[in-house]
Amino acid sequence: MSEAHAGKHTNYLKIYIILMVLLVISILGPELGMPIVTLVSAFGIALVKALMVAAWFMHLNVEKKYIWFLIISSLLFIVAMWVGMAPDIMLWEGQNWRHCTPGTCVELTVPESRGLFGL
Amino acid sequence: MAFQAPVATDRCNTGISTGKLAIWILLASEIVIFGGLVAVYLLLRLHEGAAWGAEAAHTNVVAGAINTFILLTSSFFIVLAHQAAEQDDRKKAVKFMYLTLLCALGFLVVKAYEYTYEISHGYTWFRSNFWGFYYTATFIHASHVIAGGIAIFIAAQGVKVGYHMNRVEVCGIYWHFVDLVWIFLFPLLYIAK
Amino acid sequence: MTTIAATHDGGDHASHHEETFVSKYIFPTDHKRIAMQYLMTGLVMFAVGGFMAYVFRMQLAYPGASVPLFGEVDAATYNALITNHATIMIFWVAMPMLIAAFGNYLIPLMIGADDMVFPRLNRLSYQIFFISTIILMVAWLVPGGAFGGSWTSYPPLSSRGEFNGTPIGAPMWVLAVALEIVAFLLGGINFMATTMNSRAPGMKMMDIPIVVWFINIAVLLFMFSVGPLVAGAVLLLLDQTVGTSFYVPTGGGDPVIFQHLFWFFGHPEVYVILIPELGIVAEIITTFARKKIFGYRIIIWTMIVTGILSLVVWAHHQFIAGIDPRMAVIFSITTIMISIPLALIYMLLIATLYGGSIEFKVPMLWAMGMMTEFLVGGLTGIYLGSSAIDIYMHDNTFVMAHFHYTLMPVVFFGGWAGITFWFPKFFGRMLNETLGKIHFWGSTISFNFIFIPLFFLGMSGQQRKIFDYSAFPDINTAAHQDLRVFATTAFLVFIAFQFVFVFNFFKSMMSGPVAGNNPWNSNTLDWQCPSPPPHGNFAELPTVYRGPYEYSVPGRESDFWPQNEPA
Repeated sequence: MSEAHAGKHTNYLKIYIILMVLLVISILGPELGMPIVTLVSAFGIALVKALMVAAWFMHLNVEKKYIWFLIISSLLFIVAMWVGMAPDIMLWEGQNWRHCTPGTCVELTVPESRGLFGL
Repeated sequence: MAFQAPVATDRCNTGISTGKLAIWILLASEIVIFGGLVAVYLLLRLHEGAAWGAEAAHTNVVAGAINTFILLTSSFFIVLAHQAAEQDDRKKAVKFMYLTLLCALGFLVVKAYEYTYEISHGYTWFRSNFWGFYYTATFIHASHVIAGGIAIFIAAQGVKVGYHMNRVEVCGIYWHFVDLVWIFLFPLLYIAK
Repeated sequence: MTTIAATHDGGDHASHHEETFVSKYIFPTDHKRIAMQYLMTGLVMFAVGGFMAYVFRMQLAYPGASVPLFGEVDAATYNALITNHATIMIFWVAMPMLIAAFGNYLIPLMIGADDMVFPRLNRLSYQIFFISTIILMVAWLVPGGAFGGSWTSYPPLSSRGEFNGTPIGAPMWVLAVALEIVAFLLGGINFMATTMNSRAPGMKMMDIPIVVWFINIAVLLFMFSVGPLVAGAVLLLLDQTVGTSFYVPTGGGDPVIFQHLFWFFGHPEVYVILIPELGIVAEIITTFARKKIFGYRIIIWTMIVTGILSLVVWAHHQFIAGIDPRMAVIFSITTIMISIPLALIYMLLIATLYGGSIEFKVPMLWAMGMMTEFLVGGLTGIYLGSSAIDIYMHDNTFVMAHFHYTLMPVVFFGGWAGITFWFPKFFGRMLNETLGKIHFWGSTISFNFIFIPLFFLGMSGQQRKIFDYSAFPDINTAAHQDLRVFATTAFLVFIAFQFVFVFNFFKSMMSGPVAGNNPWNSNTLDWQCPSPPPHGNFAELPTVYRGPYEYSVPGRESDFWPQNEPA
């Protein structure tokens, strides 16, 4: 197989040790309590670890490029879906209406209309 | 009646072996499935913020970290099995495949312990939507671990006699994917408080 | 049984060809047999779905009267009928017929292979599909009856048994659809791996027939779009059975999430159905116009672009669900934009016809009928794509007429184009042309008379999914009722003409004129083998020397040039 050439040269142990170090950092980082540190250390490192496993363990670094495209495309469509859904699920205050759970709407004031796109 | 693979199976126009091609296509569809689940989780989590944070505080970070370590190690073992298979070292390949299975079992044991602890303390599937996602995501992931484990076991029986050595790589790619999903589930479900 | 010239794997050929009933029908691995199983299941379900349509249309035309062959229809039964009619037509007729049956049959033949690369996986996917069919139909017999919350199964109605009245039927419906999706995902892996890796020597990517390209694009599109729905369906199933509240507001859930997940798949799904069918039409047009396809590469790229665009138009189904109006603007724009690549494909197909020597055999009639009728559906879709109009038209019969003018040309006209074109290959005999023409014209004319009245009813405000309009006097005038009766009568005429086809199908299968290898004088490899092809397809696996559309090449005596004929 063509990947045998790369396999002999990749030091899997080295990659594994790097992954372990990253794991430890990603656990200790959030202990500091600062949101930005948590974000970078937990999620950022998760992304880096994922890319490393994909490239070195799954041999995507030597595989034909269109496999990368296949995988990246599926991720991009999930992002597109998320973007399309986010305003409906996450914005619960409108420009001319307020969200309130049933039973708690006592006083409703309609704020000044601010037109399209809030301009 | 023995099954006879057709000539079609031996052809290779793209240069990527058919089994590997098939598993990558399967992974693309799995990514959208898990991706859809995670996207929905993220939408609700970012919206609910504090309420879910309070619930998430009760997941066991230590158990999650141990499981992450176990899965990463199992990924390491299966790629070593692949390296051995390429060098036609059957014994070594089988040894590493069985080590991978051992890790998978370890993962499931830790998960079972976690579930038992959490359910006995009242954090059930329908207690709140956070727990709904927690159990759904980890349960679906665990079932993929089991499926992958079974596949590796079956492949190992063939590798013992030098049959279909390419299956090690194909199972390995699937196994790495299972590991990758956990790499993302761990911060989402355990660390984000 | 013919032998396969290329040797592989050694093995015992004699035991390979011994077939019992069980190995032939319960555990087949031959792609042609599996394709026929999908086709037959699809046709039977077409009759079932059509019968459901007959019942509810009779209820609408003669409210309260007992429907012959069924009985009285109450509200819950009506809802179950419309739900299952839609579900069956999309998941159990359109997809099995257009993708699974034609894909399974044609792909190995057209690329010069002897079978799919994973024959046992192929068999498994049919078996899962078959089980899903059983689950769907058994739901009618359980206490509470079949699910009646519309094929879109919006929560919270679909989430709780106390809301939908079908606590067992609802999870069964979700499970059936989920299993069907799994079956098609597995089948899709087979299709793509086979097309990419098992082509005949000499067949480059740009020598692959368009129908094979299009089936693969459809499979890829299906794969990308169905994932979120699988996740969403699992959550819905949990809501229904375990008691979680992912979609139930009182428990902190949000029903709009399910709508988004559903339509993220639901919209590309209709393109998943359309794209293979346009491939079938392209094959028929080139064969019967004796002309090369105009713009082979462009048509493929355009279709890929259409597929990608179809993934970002989904919320046009949710304009009145209370979505953010700014998103509605964006989705209106993308929805209307998607008509551009489709129009381009139309131009290319028309350009292919231009200057050809066209023969109007029955498959060509179906292909032309499809293109004409689909135009009506496509144009009315542009109106509905604008959120302003859609706010009025949503959930009324204008929308229903729109999607029947897109789905029926694609599934019915396209499906029958394919069946009449490849019938000689499937069964080795020719269908009767006269009966075929009667079937075509009778179906086409009555089909139009069913749905044109629905456009007018919709514009006058008639809402969908209502089993008895007597509670709505404004849309229950004599004029409205006359149109409903007219549409129903046209539908009865349509049903009558289908029996012409059934008779033609069985009679020709048993005693039609023998077809020979290539009755249509076509170029593609599927016509360069016996009809029906034996196990292994080709006596000697072919080598390919040119593209599939070398028709009427100047300087050649014959007006076609098969792909595997040496130069």
